[in-house]
Amino acid sequence: MSLPSDFLGRMLFILHEYGPSFLRGAGKTMAIAIVGTLVGCIIGFAVGIVQTIPVSKNDSFAKRFLLKTVKIISNIYVEIFRGTPMMVQAMFIFYGSSALFNFNMSIVFASYFIVSINTGAYMAETVRGGILSIDPGQTEGAKAIGMTHFQTMINVIMPQAIRNIMPQIGNNLIINIKDTCVLSVIGVVELFYATKGVAGAYYTYFEAFTITMIIYFILTFTCSRILRHWEKKMDGPDSYDLATTDTLAYTSGMVRFPDPKEKEDR
Amino acid sequence: MADEKVLEIHHLSKTFGTNVVLRDIDFSVRAGDVTCIIGASGSGKSTLLRCINLLETPTTGEILYHDVDITDRKVSVPSYRTKVGMVFQNFNLFNNMTVLENCMVGQIKVLKKDKEEAKKKAMMFLEKVGMAPYINAKPRQLSGGQKQRVAIARALAMEPEILLFDEPTSALDPQMVGEVLAVMRTLASEGLTMIIVTHEMAFARDVSNRVVYMAGGVIEEEGNPADIFGNPQKSSTKEFLNRFMQG
Ligand SMILES: Nc1ncnc2c1ncn2[C@@H]1O[C@H](COP(=O)(O)OP(=O)(O)OP(=O)(O)O)[C@@H](O)[C@H]1O
Ligand SMILES: [Mg+2]
Repeated sequence: MSLPSDFLGRMLFILHEYGPSFLRGAGKTMAIAIVGTLVGCIIGFAVGIVQTIPVSKNDSFAKRFLLKTVKIISNIYVEIFRGTPMMVQAMFIFYGSSALFNFNMSIVFASYFIVSINTGAYMAETVRGGILSIDPGQTEGAKAIGMTHFQTMINVIMPQAIRNIMPQIGNNLIINIKDTCVLSVIGVVELFYATKGVAGAYYTYFEAFTITMIIYFILTFTCSRILRHWEKKMDGPDSYDLATTDTLAYTSGMVRFPDPKEKEDR
Repeated sequence: MADEKVLEIHHLSKTFGTNVVLRDIDFSVRAGDVTCIIGASGSGKSTLLRCINLLETPTTGEILYHDVDITDRKVSVPSYRTKVGMVFQNFNLFNNMTVLENCMVGQIKVLKKDKEEAKKKAMMFLEKVGMAPYINAKPRQLSGGQKQRVAIARALAMEPEILLFDEPTSALDPQMVGEVLAVMRTLASEGLTMIIVTHEMAFARDVSNRVVYMAGGVIEEEGNPADIFGNPQKSSTKEFLNRFMQG
């Protein structure tokens, strides 16, 4: 079978011929991006929460020492992984794990691992900022009804912090979808790596990468729309029902209050 | 029994760095007392209230709650706070929860009550403060006066023995001050023990049975409202009240 002479024809030809390669590549890209973002969020939450635990003079020495140590270690982690390129981290960890620890990671595991801890470092800062952005008055309000620090975090602070950092979580997912392509240096067959293979077969670089551009864009655009929708849902309704058993008192039963916060935002 | 001292403060001092904010404070509260703390801005009223609730750690001195020193490390602070609640100037409601949830969360998470019971209790106190119709609203959808009434219901739902109020009406527009004071009047008449920091002199005079005047981190004068407002002994008290009454 021979290559069509026009650009569009060649694109359709590659798509027809190598469609499954693109799909598998895109699937691997999404898998790494989603798992990496989720695990990264978990790491980020853990580190961010630890960094915001208040230490008071009344705490025992052991507790203060332990907290201090954990905080220092997590700071080092955050600074190192934010301060070096993911591509270099990938090489360092993939080859370093076998050289130093004689531990041969599979390429796929290494990919998940690298994206996760890289995202974790960014998310730690984001989570810390999200927690600090909640006005301390609510923490005092929670303390005043007898909540512990942990209960306050779980019930009051985190739900609001998570809502506030949702845009950054989404942003991280989108960055991860794009940045997994640097993992091609360790040979994981994600979308970029797959495209290189396809393009090389017939020397159709422009055509193949046009397709890949479009695929990346569809992936990121879809994700950002879904996340936006999800955020809206988290906000709940702008109005509330007046609860009343006396139906005569409130004939409409529905009060629309202008939402002052909403106005400020827009 | 009615004469029992529920709270006794002995030689309480608080310093922030080198700034001495409270100096050797001594006072006590009996069951059913409504104590109003008045004084100029910066005199340490909020700090005193925050020390009582342990939101600030006293530098020296002791705070006895039913004869137990709660500044002792062994005392569980959270469970003490369920007995001594606090209402803040800025309401401090939980913005991620509805009015009803605000009043239930403490009962469920801290007092470990079941949902049904917590809801019943929450409804009871929301009705008392006139906020029952708004149970589904989020704090951001309420006016200041409504928020403060919810905050009072939230504190009451824990069924505390003492309730501390730090300028509960200072952040409110004048027309909303009345609705909050009305709720507090009701609570006073029902015998709830309260310590109230306020600039509402008329309220202090009518509702409290003890008035404490603070200046520069010390208690300058204390007594029953008739004496403090009608016949203050110290010149500083007189001066403060004069300035205040003129507005
Ligand atoms: N966390 C803090 N760190 C340092 N200084 C503080 C702190 N909190 C309060 N102060 C100082 O303590 C003093 C008393 O403050 P406080 O808030 O108790 O006064 P107040 O009587 O409540 O005044 P107002 O009527 O304005 O509320 C002030 O000089 C204030 O600057
Ligand atoms: Mg104050």
